[in-house]
Parts: sequence; C-alpha cells; structure tokens
Amino acid sequence: MSFDSSFLETFFGLYNDWIVVALMMCGFFIVIADGNLIKKVVGLTLFQTSVFILYISMAKILGASAPIAAEGIESYSNPLPHVLILTAIVVSISTTAVALALIIRIKKAYHTVEEDEIQRWDVRIHRSDKRAKVR
Amino acid sequence: MENWLMETFLWNNQQLPVLQIVVPLLAAPLCLLINHRWYNWLFTLAVSSFSFFVAALLLLQVSQEGAEPISYYLGGWLPPYGIEIRIDQLNAFVLMLITAMSTVVLLSAHTSLENKIEIAPDKNTYLYVAYLLCLAGLVGILLTGDAFNLFVFLEVSSLATYTLIALGRDRRALWATFQYLVMGTIGATFILIGIGLLYMKTGTLNMADLAQRLPELSESRTIFVAFCFFIVGVCLKIALFPLHFWLPNAYAYAPTVVTAFLAASATKVALYIVIRFVFFVFGVEFSFTIIPLEKVFVILGTLGIIIASLVAIKQQNIKRMLAYSSVAQIGYMVLGVSLSTAAGLMAGLLHLFNHALMKGALFLALGSILYRIGGVTLRHMQGVGKTMPFTMAAFLVGGLSIIGVPLTVGFVSKWYLLQAMLAEGWYVVSIIILIGSLLSVIYIWKIVEVAYFKPALPNNANVKESPLSLLIPIWILVAANIYFGIDTRLPVALTEQISIQLFQGVAIP
Repeated sequence: MSFDSSFLETFFGLYNDWIVVALMMCGFFIVIADGNLIKKVVGLTLFQTSVFILYISMAKILGASAPIAAEGIESYSNPLPHVLILTAIVVSISTTAVALALIIRIKKAYHTVEEDEIQRWDVRIHRSDKRAKVR
Repeated sequence: MENWLMETFLWNNQQLPVLQIVVPLLAAPLCLLINHRWYNWLFTLAVSSFSFFVAALLLLQVSQEGAEPISYYLGGWLPPYGIEIRIDQLNAFVLMLITAMSTVVLLSAHTSLENKIEIAPDKNTYLYVAYLLCLAGLVGILLTGDAFNLFVFLEVSSLATYTLIALGRDRRALWATFQYLVMGTIGATFILIGIGLLYMKTGTLNMADLAQRLPELSESRTIFVAFCFFIVGVCLKIALFPLHFWLPNAYAYAPTVVTAFLAASATKVALYIVIRFVFFVFGVEFSFTIIPLEKVFVILGTLGIIIASLVAIKQQNIKRMLAYSSVAQIGYMVLGVSLSTAAGLMAGLLHLFNHALMKGALFLALGSILYRIGGVTLRHMQGVGKTMPFTMAAFLVGGLSIIGVPLTVGFVSKWYLLQAMLAEGWYVVSIIILIGSLLSVIYIWKIVEVAYFKPALPNNANVKESPLSLLIPIWILVAANIYFGIDTRLPVALTEQISIQLFQGVAIP
C-alpha cells in the first residue's frame, strides 16, 4: 500500500466535506452549463443546500446527543449552526420564489425559458438600437 | 405627548440604532396597505427622511471628541452571544450617505414614475414596497455587528433589488434581473461559506469578537479559505471588474429612480463590507501580508478602470454608458483600499462619498430627459442642451465631476488618491488613473457634443424643460457636487478620522 493509514483516515474522516464539495460543484456546474432557466434555479438551490450541509455537519460532535436537555447526557451538539441554517433556508426559499416568479414573467415576455433563445431575441433588439445611431 | 416626542428624539436616545432598521422594515408592508400613488410616495419619503435624520444624529453622536462606538444589544442578549448593533464613525458615515441619497432620489420619484416608459402605472406601489425593503436591508448591513446577520440583511436588500430592477418596462430588464439574481445568489452563498468557515474556526459570529480572535489563527488555512470566499462573494456585489457582468444591464433597464438609488447606495454598501472585513475583522496585517490582496486589487482595479471606460465609450444607450462608468469608478475606490495605507483608505472612502453624489445627479438628470423625451440613446439626446437647458447643465456638471475637473467633488477624491499613490511610489498606477480620467472625458464629451451642437430631432424640437419636482432633487445633488468640491472640510475630516482609527485599531475597544 502506498497510502499510509493516516492519509486514508483524514480522507475518509472528512467525508462530510467531500459530500459538500461534490454537491456544491454539481450545483455550480448546472447553473453555468445548463441553458434552461428552471434547471439553473435547481442548480442554484443545490448549490445553496450544500452550504447548509457544511454548517450542519460542523455542529455535530462525535458521541454527543441532540441539543435537548435531558438527564444523564453530558455533551450536546452545537445548536447554533442549526438556527443559522434555519434562517438561511428561509432566505434560499425566498430566492427560489423570486427566481421562479421572474421565470414566469420571462416566459410571458419571451415565450421561452431557454437562455440561448432569449439572447437571440435580445441581440435583434440590440442591433436595432445600434442602427438608430446619431446621423 | 410632548414628553413622548422629546424622549423619542432625544439627542442620546438608546433606541435610535434599532429604529433605523425597524422603521423602514415595518413601513414596507404598510405601503402595500396604503396602495395609493400619492400617499405612498409621501409615506416613503417621510420614512426615508426619518432615517436620514436619525443617521445624522448618530453620526453627530459618534464623531464627538472621544466618543465610544454605540452598542445596542438586540433583545438584551449580550454580545458575543446575541446580535449586536454597533455604530462607529465608519458605518455612521456610510449610513448618512445612503439615507441622504435615498431621500433625494425619492424626492423625484413621484413625477418620474408618472412616466409610462419607466414603469407600468399599476406597479407603483410595489416599487415603493421594494424600495423600503431595500433601504432596510442596506441600513441593516451597515449597522449590524454580527457576521451572519450581515448575510441575512444582504439577502433582504438583494431580493428587494431584484424586484426593483424587474419593475423596468423593457423586457430585457427581466433577463438582466435573472442574471443578477443568479450571480448575486452565488455571491451571497460564497459569503455564507466564508462566514461558516470563520465560525468553524473561531466559534463566534460577532465582528468585534472575530477581530480579537483572528490574529492568533492567521496561519490557519481555513481562515485563508474563508477570507477568499468572503472577498470574492462581496466583490461580486460591488461589481469589481471581472465580476461586473450583471451591473450594466441591470442599471440600464431598471426604472431610472431605481438606477439612481442603486448606483448611489448598493455598491457603496458592498464596498463598506469589504472595508469593514479587510481592515476591521481580518485586520490589515492579515489581509495585506498573508494574503496578497494588494496585488489582486491593484490589478483588477486598474483593469476595471481602463476596460470599463473603453466599453463605456462605445455605448449608444447613455444609461448603459454610465453603468460602465460606475464599474470604472469602483476601480478607483478599490485602488484606494488596495494601498493599505491610511491615506489610500481615506481616498477610497472619499471617492465612495463623491461617486454617490455624482452618479446620483447624473442618473436623475437622465431620468428627467427620459421623462420628457422618452429615450436616452445618444440619438435622443440631440439638441437637449437647448430644449432642456437646466437638466443638461446639471448633467454637464455631473459629467465634469466624473472626469475630475477642479471645483467638483470628482477632483477632490482623485487628488487625494493620486497623492496617496505618489506617496507610496506607485507611478505606473497613477498614470493609469490619469488615463482613466482622459477616457471619461471622451465618453462625457460624446454626450455633450450631441446635446449642445446637434439640432434637436423634429419630434423633440418643442420639448419643454422638466417640471420643478424633477429639477429640484437634481440640483440639490449638483449643488452638493460643487459645494463639497470647494469646501472639502466635512468629508475630508470625517474620512481622515475614520481611516486613521481603522489603522490604529482604535475602533477595537
């Protein structure tokens, strides 16, 4: 084995971070690469959700119980990141709602939700702007 | 009754800081209930003037000799456990600027929004609601002393901004908003990651507490990564050069009142976040020695000045041209920050103040032209100098200020910036600043030439000057442009004090 065990331990010990990074990159990739606006919003939500997992996994203490006071329990997980993420989830939901409302209006105005078609429409307007130059 | 009034507005009232956030936040849903064009406008104006009044009081209070920063504990929870509102000179200064600009811009809103080209007639109420929410968010960012709270307020103001831009009549406004929404959300999530990593390492979210705990952790890679995520996220919001793609379209297609407000406030508040975190939370040592922020900001700032100015020259739509000019001007502010000296920071802050004044005046003047002529491409501007002399004269003064002609505010901040640069021996960068000024001469001249030396289009030959309700706010800003260009004592003294304090670390108790 060329790997020593400590390397493997860190590698797999940080598995929550690997999940976060993988999810984050998936979301980011969808936002950049996909032309469909709805899919972009899905990617954006995935991107945000990965950060929630980052917060929540950092609150976990090995061997500690949930942060509910009870007898016979000595260590509790940190409840603060959970509270923060509750707020961040609300923010994320409102962002998604605004984005979806926007997409409905884009669909009404452009009759499409594909990025390239929208841009094709706008280039046409842009050219007519340019034609109206100062004489 | 009188007693109550006295207590509420008393000089050193304890509740003033939180009222700044609560009043616009509560006023927003009330606006929805009022749902009347005229009353809504009056109400919003009253709320904004109240914010300005309180901001002025707060600034007076913290700039007294030997005054401590004001701390307000939300819900009575002591920091670092509870959320703290913390006001020192830096945020009181930006706070007064933002609320003043918002009030002046609102003065013209009622008449400007009569224009059916700007906004659909039945959407006025939503504009005021979103405007107040945006104001509440921006004020919240400025006042809070809690890093996570800052993220929440950032999102409040961003969501309101998306709504404001999408209210533009042109359908391209929708697409511009969507692009801004995607980029803005990615930026905000980056900020969230940065704050999360900071919390992971330090176990605190209070900014003053973070500032105390971070120096011993400066070798940690987690803090390094946190800093990078945070700064990239905020730079998306200030539209620093390669991350500026959302800005020109958003500014160009939003209603002009909104553009004037955003240009004068949103990017300024984001720059405040940069200054607060770079100089106060992370500290100068960490930001400029361990992380090569200086190099990054200098390169991006100068590239931004040159490229954005060049692109601005090519624009036909003047709103877009000024939007690109904003990107260039942000380059100047970032250059000031990048110097990592008190003089540089002071020049950056001064330019932040001055740029709000000049871009506010320019965009409001464009709104006035749009009100009468119905378009703001170069072609529409033909002959405006003769048909609308007062508006165009205001535009000219604003333009001169952008260029940096003496006796205008633009000159003052560029002068201080150049001095700070030369003191550090950055000759190449100073030359680039001068080239940027020359480039701005070209794009301002293009407008001036068309407006004064071309005959008006036949349709626009009989256009009258705009009504006073539009002219007064424009000329208030123009007067400020000239006044602070001649009598520079107030902003110079304030920014000097702030930057010296930040560098001495006096702000940290």
